[in-house]
Amino acid sequence: MYPRLTLTLLPVFLLLLAISGVLLGSLDLQTALSAGPDILTDLRLSRVLVAILAGAGLGLAGAMIQGVVRNPLASPDIIGVTGGAGLAATTLLLLFPGVAFGWMIPAAIAGALLTMALMLWLVRNQDLNPARLVLVGVALSAWLGALIDWLLVSHPYQVNAALVWLTGSLWGRGWDHVAVLLPWLLVLFPLALMMALRLDLLALGDEAAEGLGANVLQTRRLALLLSVALAAVSVAVCGAISFVGLVSPHLARLLVGGSHRRLIPATAMIGAVLVLLADILARILAPPIELPAGVLTSLIGAPYFLFLLTRYRGW
Amino acid sequence: MSYLSIENLTVSYGDKVILNELNLQIPKGKITALIGPNGCGKSTLLKTVARILSPKQGQILLQGEGLHKQDTRQVARKLALLPQAPITPEGVTIRELVGYGRAPWGSRWGRLSDEDRAIVQHALKQAGLLELADRPATDLSGGQRQRAWIAMILAQNTDLVLLDEPTTWLDIAHQIELLKLMRELNQQGKTIVVVLHDLNQASRYCDELVVLKQGKVQQQGTPEQVLTQKLVEEVFDLCAEIHPDPVAGSPTLVPV
Repeated sequence: MYPRLTLTLLPVFLLLLAISGVLLGSLDLQTALSAGPDILTDLRLSRVLVAILAGAGLGLAGAMIQGVVRNPLASPDIIGVTGGAGLAATTLLLLFPGVAFGWMIPAAIAGALLTMALMLWLVRNQDLNPARLVLVGVALSAWLGALIDWLLVSHPYQVNAALVWLTGSLWGRGWDHVAVLLPWLLVLFPLALMMALRLDLLALGDEAAEGLGANVLQTRRLALLLSVALAAVSVAVCGAISFVGLVSPHLARLLVGGSHRRLIPATAMIGAVLVLLADILARILAPPIELPAGVLTSLIGAPYFLFLLTRYRGW
Repeated sequence: MSYLSIENLTVSYGDKVILNELNLQIPKGKITALIGPNGCGKSTLLKTVARILSPKQGQILLQGEGLHKQDTRQVARKLALLPQAPITPEGVTIRELVGYGRAPWGSRWGRLSDEDRAIVQHALKQAGLLELADRPATDLSGGQRQRAWIAMILAQNTDLVLLDEPTTWLDIAHQIELLKLMRELNQQGKTIVVVLHDLNQASRYCDELVVLKQGKVQQQGTPEQVLTQKLVEEVFDLCAEIHPDPVAGSPTLVPV
């Protein structure tokens, strides 16, 4: 593998994809331009940016959680963050349909953070033991999933909006959403990069990490918190786009190796590429009907993940 | 004042007391082996010195300074630990793995300076891993892996080195190779504390033996002083004769 080369090529690829994201759409370029520049800049460009930011956030969240748990199955979905945000959003959409859409994002973030608090309370005596975290997370996610289903089934008439949100979609996302995501990522991405060495050491096992000067418990806490924050804002804006948090770190590891100094930026870019690609396909596959991007990430992500597994011998 | 001083140390897992008001002085510049039957607390003692476990009572002083009161990074510049079952990470070259030994010294971001790189290069050479340095660490055999970890400890460049059963997963040839490497480390001036299962290896390759039984120090001294028929019977409940090793002359245990 050529990690350095990959790290240089990834942004180029992302840029090309972003440009095609602006140029491609249900309207061809000429019609779009004659309708005024608004379609390209206001609708498509902002949406492309949302896809990049949310994808990067989801990918990073996955890299952080996999670094903490040392388990390839770990993802923001597994630790219940997505479930918590989903329950909050579904509650808002179904029980308080009159509430302004602006409340969705804070509600979803609050739901994710509350879930995290509940999770930390449940594992409070286990020093954030990785296996424990995953098991408790799985149980918590199942429970939240059941609550969401209950809400959906008991409100059959308003179910559509909630379903689209739960699958994850970038429909109607614009500059307002960029404004929400950008400041968060500008703060969280450097913080994630600063964890790189400590996450590298954590991969050697708790004892070796502590012996090399990484405070294991503190590192786990920080990385977990970062993961939750990253996943929470991304999910709050775009809904529960699945598989990105799980697949991006795996793909990045295959391309640039296990050193987090390269893995973290690579994961962010791969997450961005995945969501952007899914959204472009969602827009152009069957116009005027738009597929939710989350459907495509799973549709492509799951078989791709299986392919990755055959390349990996470690797990 | 001794180099490493363990004073009145009590360590427990939950309600179960593993080490009970243990006192021990470990001399500078020697190889000290911790031996004893299963469950005697030897690994627990090593892990408490390495600060993986915290004492319930008592203290551990390294050159007069309390180990559990210092910053983790500071301590990592003074003592290195080779855990019993370290994890070899996926997608990392041997050079990168050995480079992690510089973590307590270098930037917090993990970028290695030219000096760090030179130290890593030297450590790789000493462990005989130079030709393999750019291969993934997961490609290594068990014996090579253990050498890579030793190289990491060399790169960490601490005065005190703790080895937790370093021979456990190795075949006999690699066990001896590792014990010889340990002696080399010692000859460079490092103080070594090692948990060993094999009494004969401890007797032959270590300067000082510390025998633990039920969380207390039963005896401490040179192999000649410690390894006696009486002690083996008392501590291990084993009937054995002690004969000099035909090659090295160190006391050797032969079960009856």
